[in-house]
Amino acid sequence: MPLMVFFGCTMIAFGPSLAMFILTIAKYPLRVILLVVGAFSWLLALLFSALLWLAVVPLKEQLAFSLVFSVIFQEAMRYGLFRMMKNAENGLDDALSEDEKKSISNHKLSYTTGFGFGLMYGLFSIVNVLSQSIGPGSVGIDGHSSNFMLISAFLTSSTILLHTFWNVIVFDALNKQQYYKVITVVCLHMLVSCCSLLNVQQNLAFVSVIVSYIVLIGTTVWAFKAAGGSVVNIKSCLNR
Amino acid sequence: MSNSAVSTTNANQSNNTTDSPARRIRDEAEDAEEELRYGASTVISLFIPVTLCMLVVVATITSVSYYTDQSQQQFLVYTPFHTTNAAPAQVVWESIANSLIMIGVIVVMTVFLVLLYKYRCYKVIHGWLILSTLLLVFLFAYLYLAEVLRAYNTAVDYITVVIVLWNFGVVGMICIHWKGPLLLQQAYLIIVSSLMALVFIKYLPEWTAWVILGFISIYDLLAVLCPKGPLRMLVETAQSRNESLFPALIYSSGMMWTVGMAQNAPAPNQQPRGNGSFSTLGVWVHSDNTSSTSQGSDTGFDVAWQRRHNRNSGEVIITSNETRNQARQQLGPPPEGSEEAEDKGVKLGLGDFIFYSVLVGKASATGDWNTTIACFVAILIGLCLTLILLAIYRKALPALPISITFGLVFYFSTDYVVRPYMDSINSAQVYL
Repeated sequence: MPLMVFFGCTMIAFGPSLAMFILTIAKYPLRVILLVVGAFSWLLALLFSALLWLAVVPLKEQLAFSLVFSVIFQEAMRYGLFRMMKNAENGLDDALSEDEKKSISNHKLSYTTGFGFGLMYGLFSIVNVLSQSIGPGSVGIDGHSSNFMLISAFLTSSTILLHTFWNVIVFDALNKQQYYKVITVVCLHMLVSCCSLLNVQQNLAFVSVIVSYIVLIGTTVWAFKAAGGSVVNIKSCLNR
Repeated sequence: MSNSAVSTTNANQSNNTTDSPARRIRDEAEDAEEELRYGASTVISLFIPVTLCMLVVVATITSVSYYTDQSQQQFLVYTPFHTTNAAPAQVVWESIANSLIMIGVIVVMTVFLVLLYKYRCYKVIHGWLILSTLLLVFLFAYLYLAEVLRAYNTAVDYITVVIVLWNFGVVGMICIHWKGPLLLQQAYLIIVSSLMALVFIKYLPEWTAWVILGFISIYDLLAVLCPKGPLRMLVETAQSRNESLFPALIYSSGMMWTVGMAQNAPAPNQQPRGNGSFSTLGVWVHSDNTSSTSQGSDTGFDVAWQRRHNRNSGEVIITSNETRNQARQQLGPPPEGSEEAEDKGVKLGLGDFIFYSVLVGKASATGDWNTTIACFVAILIGLCLTLILLAIYRKALPALPISITFGLVFYFSTDYVVRPYMDSINSAQVYL
């Protein structure tokens, strides 16, 4: 039974990401490198958030405090990543071959780095939970929800995708200097994260799942439009 | 001295086939561009074996408790100070003393090896290396197999074990010391590195291992970059003799110039721009012919006695210059000529594999997967940066310092700062 939970939750959490990785990233060496760069930048953001949490001792129990600052740090790191990619563009232009340049043209760069960002986030949120789910134990014995693992898996899956698409939107907006879009994305991130505060504290986990998935659907459509997609594109792609 | 050797070859060979200086300049410019052009796929060709080696070590550590069990207080002879339950100050001085002894042993052995190589005592080196590979591939593999079977409580009869081990060992010796498919040789080098990393994780005291990792990166930096460093002298001696350096002590992502290259490039400037497919078309053939064809200078140094020779392996080298020119000069002759080209591609020493895996293995021994993943990503980023530096400087560089520094920083910061934070975040199911 625990092993089933483990495999089920792993597939739920990482299924879409694994498919995206295999189909879009695995064949292109440059994209794999960018994935690792995106992952590393999230790691740095997490390090800063954790340092802040460790430093502000009286507020250690109030996770909401560290959560707000963590969102701010993550978005700041996203901006830092954008700046770094922008500065590296000139150097990359000389060093890359045509094929490689095509593999990270337009929105593919923001997609890949956002995917790395989100993937690292997903791994850190759920890997320890998954490794515990194999072992003997009962979930939710303290009166918490017995669907802890399942909810974690669904939330992880949606946040990985959310980060990917937010990155596409933000990089596009920063390129066109439409800062209101960046602010909207930051607010959405804050919304989804703050809803997750309801998860265990008040046993209202389904709220955060619903909010997260509604935001995910909206963000997907927005990112698709930002990357230049439209209904016409989909139709022609399917008819080809 | 080595640089001038490479550039002289360039000029001579260009003179033979090109008509005008303009064409020669264009050739050399294309050389430079093509070297950088292989950046991404060469990085990935090193990511994959490093990841595989780490995976093997992490999988073993998390499932077989033998390698993290230090209750028997058995440690390496080179690390004599290991009191249990020592006060922090005592732990510090003991670790530093142990590391200094270990590094001292490594330095002595490296200098010994360099002297042997310099005075052309190839037979001694060859015998030494064969003996050490024998030990690794038979004895350590047997111990590993025994522990894994014990951990999974599987009974296997001795006859099967003898047959399996015999085949494994003999094929390993052949692949590493003689000829074999490149993929198989790479697989054996990865296996041997992970076995050695597991031995280090088990037989080094807790804090000594961390201090050794730090000291060895410093030593690597000095040995490869200082003019009198033993490893630098080794590389330069090998280059001046035009021999490939320890072909099997070093993992090479050897992709070869193929038949296709010889056929479709009568005029170099007609090569399709941006066609990095020259390297991706590469057939993965064991192209270690320089060592097997040159009878006199037997440079077939194979997997070493890592404990002593891993210092020699702390290098990353690109040999594409020689290869490309050799291949270019074979445009006329039939494709068979191009099979004699050296293996192209980046080489990474086995010592680097071992120490990366030691770091990630010890991170996974804490039981926390976040730490393991953080160290893994940090090491990959360090490797990326090292390869970028390699593309800029184009000479042998130490591969340990950057990655190990990142790895150590992220291990300690994740273990002490991020771990409690993520524990409370995960148990509250809060999504940052």
